[in-house]
Amino acid sequence: MISIIQIVSTWTIPVLIAFIPLYASLRKVPVYETFVDGAKDGFGTAIGIIPHLVGMMTAIGMFRASGAMDALVGVIRPALELIGIPSDVLPLALLRPITGAGSLAFVSDLIKEQGPDSFASRVASTIQGSTDTTLYVLTVYFGAVGIRNARYALKVGLFSDLVGFFAAVAACWLLFGLV
Amino acid sequence: MVNWIWMGMIVFSVIYGAANGKMEQVAEAAFGGAQTGVTVCLGLISILVFWMGLMRIAEEAGLVRKLSLLMAPVVRKLFPDVPGDHPAMGYILSNMSANLLGLGNAATPMGIKAMQELQKLNPEPTVATPAMCTLLALNTASITLVPTTIIAIRMNFGAVHPADIVAPTLLATLISTGAAILADRWYRRRNRLPPAFNANRNAGSVNPGAAVSPPPASAGGG
Repeated sequence: MISIIQIVSTWTIPVLIAFIPLYASLRKVPVYETFVDGAKDGFGTAIGIIPHLVGMMTAIGMFRASGAMDALVGVIRPALELIGIPSDVLPLALLRPITGAGSLAFVSDLIKEQGPDSFASRVASTIQGSTDTTLYVLTVYFGAVGIRNARYALKVGLFSDLVGFFAAVAACWLLFGLV
Repeated sequence: MVNWIWMGMIVFSVIYGAANGKMEQVAEAAFGGAQTGVTVCLGLISILVFWMGLMRIAEEAGLVRKLSLLMAPVVRKLFPDVPGDHPAMGYILSNMSANLLGLGNAATPMGIKAMQELQKLNPEPTVATPAMCTLLALNTASITLVPTTIIAIRMNFGAVHPADIVAPTLLATLISTGAAILADRWYRRRNRLPPAFNANRNAGSVNPGAAVSPPPASAGGG
């Protein structure tokens, strides 16, 4: 099953890249000119995101460097340990919505330290894989079209991250048992 | 809310850094973070330029519209305020499929394209529409079948079954996506109804005095 999914995901892109121009050619679309024309927009879009990402990354970088992130983790650690969540995974609950690269580095480090088949590593892997970086997605998607008032989107994203965190712990309990 | 989180993180970092004598690192991190922002965007340029070009071809050939029509019944429930044959539907669907297959490189440009199409339906260009919030909710929760990156890392460190986290990941992602959709629904409903109507619904009876007392729907809370 997994290998089938993996084959599908490696084949989709090349097949798509070949299929779209072929189909368009048959419908008499000047494919290369159209490609260049559309690609121009991509450049502008990417440049337009820069101010949004710079603003966000600056705040995140400062937050981590000042040690405030670690302090925050220290505050909620006892509460979560009380309900049996491995404390090594905790920083991830805060890192995951904020920084994708940072949380990936954290998970890699945890896997290296505790071995890939430890309970904490599995929970961390599940958290990393099951959700996306909320703040990044919000910044990029809304930044690309110039939305400044995100309304309730951030609350929804963070809420689903929180639910996802507990769901990941519960799913690992359910499927691997307490190791 | 973004305003508050952003300001809060910066101010708190400076105060906390000052209290712990980490001002130097904080200052360094500010510019390091800015640099990361630009680096990430530079990485996005190649992906966005390529996919936007390819998607323009798909659009000109009528593929996006065809996809919209084909799948509209499924996606329409989530996006009731987007016309079924609107190109946005096609891009939303492409974005969701790419996410599902773990094709992050393709998912982002398609999602951005969907946002740009939704922006065309937006009466207030700087304020997110409910449809945009729903699309964002789906993407932040991101339903993924194969978390490829994490499987590769587990393989590197010699896991017995590197892919054994697929099942819990799927379970967790389903739950968090469900939560995102429900929360989105809830806010969408709360923000749409005028306060007086809300009050009547909450009170269960028509009481003119009740219209004054309900908690204000936080439409401007972002």
